[in-house]
Amino acid sequence: MVYGAQSGHIGGSMSSTEILAVLYGRIMRHDPKRPGWVERDRFIMSKGHCTPVQYATLAESGYFPVDELSTFRKKGTRLQGHSVLGKPEGVENSAGALGMGLSFGLGIRLGMRLSNIDAHVYVLMGDGEQDEGQVWEAAMAASHHRVDRLVAIIDRNGIQNDDFTAATMRTEPLDEKYRAFGWEVRAGIDGHNLEAVEEALAWARDVRGKPALVIFDTVKGKGVSFMENNPNFHGAAPSAEQFARAMEELA
Amino acid sequence: MTTTNLPAAATREALGPTLVRLQQNGANIVVVDADLGKSTSARTFRDAFPERFFTFGVAEQNMISAAGGLATLGHTVIASTFAVFAEHAFDQLRMSVAQPKLNVKVVASHGGVSTGEDGASAQSVEDYALFSSLVNFTVCVPADVVEAEAMVAAAVATPGPWYIRTGRPKIPVIYTDGPRFQVGKADMLREGTDVTIVACGLLVERSLRAAEALEASGISARVLNMGTIRPLDVAALEAAAKDTGAIVVAEEHLTHSGLGAMCAQAIAATTQPVPMEFVGVQSRYGESATWDEVLEIMGLTADGVEAAARKVVARKR
Repeated sequence: MVYGAQSGHIGGSMSSTEILAVLYGRIMRHDPKRPGWVERDRFIMSKGHCTPVQYATLAESGYFPVDELSTFRKKGTRLQGHSVLGKPEGVENSAGALGMGLSFGLGIRLGMRLSNIDAHVYVLMGDGEQDEGQVWEAAMAASHHRVDRLVAIIDRNGIQNDDFTAATMRTEPLDEKYRAFGWEVRAGIDGHNLEAVEEALAWARDVRGKPALVIFDTVKGKGVSFMENNPNFHGAAPSAEQFARAMEELA
Repeated sequence: MTTTNLPAAATREALGPTLVRLQQNGANIVVVDADLGKSTSARTFRDAFPERFFTFGVAEQNMISAAGGLATLGHTVIASTFAVFAEHAFDQLRMSVAQPKLNVKVVASHGGVSTGEDGASAQSVEDYALFSSLVNFTVCVPADVVEAEAMVAAAVATPGPWYIRTGRPKIPVIYTDGPRFQVGKADMLREGTDVTIVACGLLVERSLRAAEALEASGISARVLNMGTIRPLDVAALEAAAKDTGAIVVAEEHLTHSGLGAMCAQAIAATTQPVPMEFVGVQSRYGESATWDEVLEIMGLTADGVEAAARKVVARKR
């Protein structure tokens, strides 16, 4: 997709791949045939630049034809570079500017509570995204309003746009900060181990009385040697040669 | 319509009681608030429907994105704060409300410079520009408390994002016989043939007084209450240009980016552009004084409107 479009955010998509696969395959209550089903669990992509993994997961889950993935970022596509609510069905929020997804998910969960809907809201954020002050406003408010069935997920791949997160803005220790904000937290989970991902997300799904957070340790660009942990593959597309090598490594 | 002995009320007083009435009549309203519910009158709704009222503390960005999320469940969400603090969440309004076209109504009080003593930081002179720049938003400014009630009711009855700016001071009630508000339609409060005064908010009553003074010296002024800033009633503006040949726009906002600028763009696109004058805040921020004094300093008075009308009529000849 990213190679075809010659633009897009591949690194943060590859670090989130297992997380989305487990959410849509094992954890979430959803039905691709009924994307408007009001009782469905919602997935909120707060790091809205990681549409490659979001669209691929939705297509593989049956929300739209896999063939359509080749239109990503191209003229006339429904698959814009960053998430747009309802395009295609299954995309639950508009994102791209960082830091808003947890607030949006909090609002959804409050609305569900008022409507007596017991579904869950899963919000995926990046670790670089934790720089945004709005994230902490939402963390505070979720706890204040005693919201549960709200599951925040941090894909802690350690890299943001310009550099490593530790060099850009020190946000650690994230686990202790969220605990201080009143959240149930599990951290240090291997985000590329399918069993570990499923175990942690199932735990978070069952937390009651508080919002829950899982922090996954991941590798940006996971699976392709020259992309792994390389800040140059945050928002850049691979060349023809790099694409061929990557496909060989992933085969 | 005459302007003598009118009762007075603040447009901000309309919000809470109107929402309570609508909810009692079967609406599905949720109010989100950022620690200003006493001043905006939103607390009246909290007292009646506490489970439908969420405070977000002094955190407008979180409040606006959460309002968008709430609206996806089919709730009609009213986001209440002061106009200057609604501006604080501009990108959230863009990403979490305007682009996904969600059913969130921002009803912001203490708009304009008539907040008075609190000074420049509390005086919104750019909110019409900001909210009109958000595609999918309907933007309204009530001329009195009766119209404010009608606008809140219309917003709740109409899906999609809205911005309604209300004010702090008690101002004269114009619509003593009941509201005439229709979204997207100017209300002609006074017929006239020499010049049209287009106004919104508290400048409407001041424009009516200006029209009375003009009449005494033989100038016949039409007064249009442009309660909806976006979408603008272009047909009423075209008719004003054709019938009266000159237009004054009066508003409690920066002239270069508010109602005046939007009217000028519409008039320039007609087959018969006419001379225009603009009464508003002239490329500056406010200052501390009583609300009436700040309006005086800015020239947002009946005298100011009258002078602009005389000037534009002179330009016709």
